Amino acid sequence: MKFKSLLLAGGVLLAAASSAQACEIGARVSVVGNEFPAIQTVGAGAQECQGAEVATNLTADHQKINVPGMQGNPAEYTSAIIANSSIVALMNEDVIQPLDDLVAKHGQVLKPSQLITINGDVMAVAFMANAQHLVYRADVLEQIGVEPPKTYEDMLAAAKMIRDQGIMDNPVGGAYAAGWNLAQEFNNMFLGYGGEHFEAGSAVPNVNSEAGIKALEMMKALSEYMNPDFLTHDSNATNAEFRAGNVAIMNMWGSRAATLVTADGVPQEVVDGFEIAGPMTVGGGDIPASTLWWDGWTVAKNVSDAEAEATFVAMMNGIRPELMQDDEIRRQAVWLIDGYEPTSAAVGVFAAAEMGTIPYPMLPYMGLMHTALGAELADFMQGKESAEQALKDVEAAYTAAAKEKGYL
Amino acid sequence: MKHRTFFWFFLPTGLAMLLFIALPIVSVAIQSVFTPHGAVIETVKTCTPFGCKEETTINQDATRELRESQPLGRFVGTGIYFDRGHLAVQEVGEAWQTSQGLGDFAAKLGNLPFYRAMAFTLTFTFVATPMLIVLGLFIALAVNTLSQRIKGLVIFFSLLPFTVTPLIGSLILFWMIDSRGILGTAIQWMADDPGLSLKASTSLTWIMLIVYQVWHAAPFAFVVFYAGLQTLPQDQLESAQIDGATRWQQVRYVVVPHLMPLVTFVALIMLMDNFRVFEPIVGFNASAHATSLSWIIFNDLGGETRQLSAASATSVLTIIGVAILLSPVLVRTWRDFRSKK
Repeated sequence: MKFKSLLLAGGVLLAAASSAQACEIGARVSVVGNEFPAIQTVGAGAQECQGAEVATNLTADHQKINVPGMQGNPAEYTSAIIANSSIVALMNEDVIQPLDDLVAKHGQVLKPSQLITINGDVMAVAFMANAQHLVYRADVLEQIGVEPPKTYEDMLAAAKMIRDQGIMDNPVGGAYAAGWNLAQEFNNMFLGYGGEHFEAGSAVPNVNSEAGIKALEMMKALSEYMNPDFLTHDSNATNAEFRAGNVAIMNMWGSRAATLVTADGVPQEVVDGFEIAGPMTVGGGDIPASTLWWDGWTVAKNVSDAEAEATFVAMMNGIRPELMQDDEIRRQAVWLIDGYEPTSAAVGVFAAAEMGTIPYPMLPYMGLMHTALGAELADFMQGKESAEQALKDVEAAYTAAAKEKGYL
Repeated sequence: MKHRTFFWFFLPTGLAMLLFIALPIVSVAIQSVFTPHGAVIETVKTCTPFGCKEETTINQDATRELRESQPLGRFVGTGIYFDRGHLAVQEVGEAWQTSQGLGDFAAKLGNLPFYRAMAFTLTFTFVATPMLIVLGLFIALAVNTLSQRIKGLVIFFSLLPFTVTPLIGSLILFWMIDSRGILGTAIQWMADDPGLSLKASTSLTWIMLIVYQVWHAAPFAFVVFYAGLQTLPQDQLESAQIDGATRWQQVRYVVVPHLMPLVTFVALIMLMDNFRVFEPIVGFNASAHATSLSWIIFNDLGGETRQLSAASATSVLTIIGVAILLSPVLVRTWRDFRSKK
């Protein structure tokens, strides 16, 4: 038995060594990106390449440093790992290059759907999909005798039953921290009610609408069932509440759901009761109150051709199909890579894609809208002002920012 | 000192100050009166893993031409300073005309980011600064009466809050005052209200931030005052004692006047520091309840689209704010200097 496992380990090592040999690069590679497990895997894969240095800087603050780090000539970072929201900033500043030639030369294993094509040019290579969806405690829902909620109205009803029966005081979880998280929850709900952030084909804001008011009212109703500190809870804090057994139903990121109950010290009933389902709809709509995301990598514009090629080859090594044979890596994300077999952790994101969830908008001015929402909605959530006033403030704050950046 | 000697003596410092203080300020001021060029926008076919659709994007070729011909951007003068994100002249005017009474006007003002930040920052500065000076003085007086043997140890422990990095210190307190943390639970028990949450109430959040700042910065005042106490003129104290002054009277009429220049110094540093309050707001995740000018700069630069002009304008406003705050103290120091001449 021991001998067998040794042999197995040796085989794995050998496989790793042979794949490392397969990746030879001739120029410097430097990667900046976010730091969740799937991206760590991609970064480690890129670093297996030999022949030149491969540096990675994976941090939650990546979007604060990626544009300045790519604006110089030569650029400090030869590649940035981004999502559909953050590629916009790189596009706006014109710091990434089209990849068509490199895809033709080194990208045979890529599926067409992985290529992010803008105006006919491949600007990024996507490797995983993400979405927010329902995460719940099956044991608690069984106790009150309801099915996992399919709509936010059902979620409210279930939350009321859980509280009334004295099972939990604040059964709903939500990453409602003022700032980026709160704005994202609004985006979800707003799209679920059929809202559109901008007037068609322009940068004129359009959130102060019926859909916007309904979205805010639903968020307010949900927050009544949340920990009173909800405006300080980001995804990490919300997950901690779930792990501690204080929360029974919540909307959570797919990329975090898989590893939610694997942390140390999670009570057994939480581990056993943990289930994932698709995103919820709201207000009788068919489109889920959620957004679809992809994560991918880019190549900087201000680098030499040799560095661009080395970067492409190294990043391809980070997302090579062989990685999909590793169970642990497969569970980390919903990979878009060829040969990926979905795990049980992926059902939420797949359901989101099947239900026609709207992708997060890739608009040049969406980042400004997101910032304005994050700063101006907190007053409403605290009951200090009406939904109309909050949305009016959002539009005013966005308009000032959009005028400064030259979009209006 | 001869002018020539002074010149050569001061030159390295002067150069460093020019390079590291004056130039960045000039650069920020220039950046605040320029904004990026109007974006040339076009609609193109965009394909992602979730399908293809027509999406708006920036036409890079056209935008690059604009950028290259005028690299600084569009000149807008004081336009950014007066927009809604800053002084909001137009919005303030409207609020003044439409509001019923001063309370309503104040509420409308509090809805604008700059004035909301100022409301908190000024309250914070003018409550925390005197409190930490008084507390620092009391600690210094108390420590000064201790026996030589335990003094060193007590000084070491009194200094600890100041040596903790602000972000770490506020994070630790943030967890302790959580409704499930040790302090949060204790407060709930004392107030006999199990639903009480410090983090959910604006006024409690303000109090918490002020208490944190006093806790954090009082050791600074303490150590300065303690040093001052070592130079206390013993003969004056003794004559006061012979005249029958109580301990309180000795402090009031001998110790405090002796320490006054140090009080001015601590007040100067702390006014400046407290006006730039930032780390506790981030550490306590308190931006829903309390913001400051520094936090606004952080928020402008932290989004997916960076607003450099807005952040620069807020930086200049911060510098002006600090100058106004310090002006009484500076004028006083100048007068002292003149009278001594």
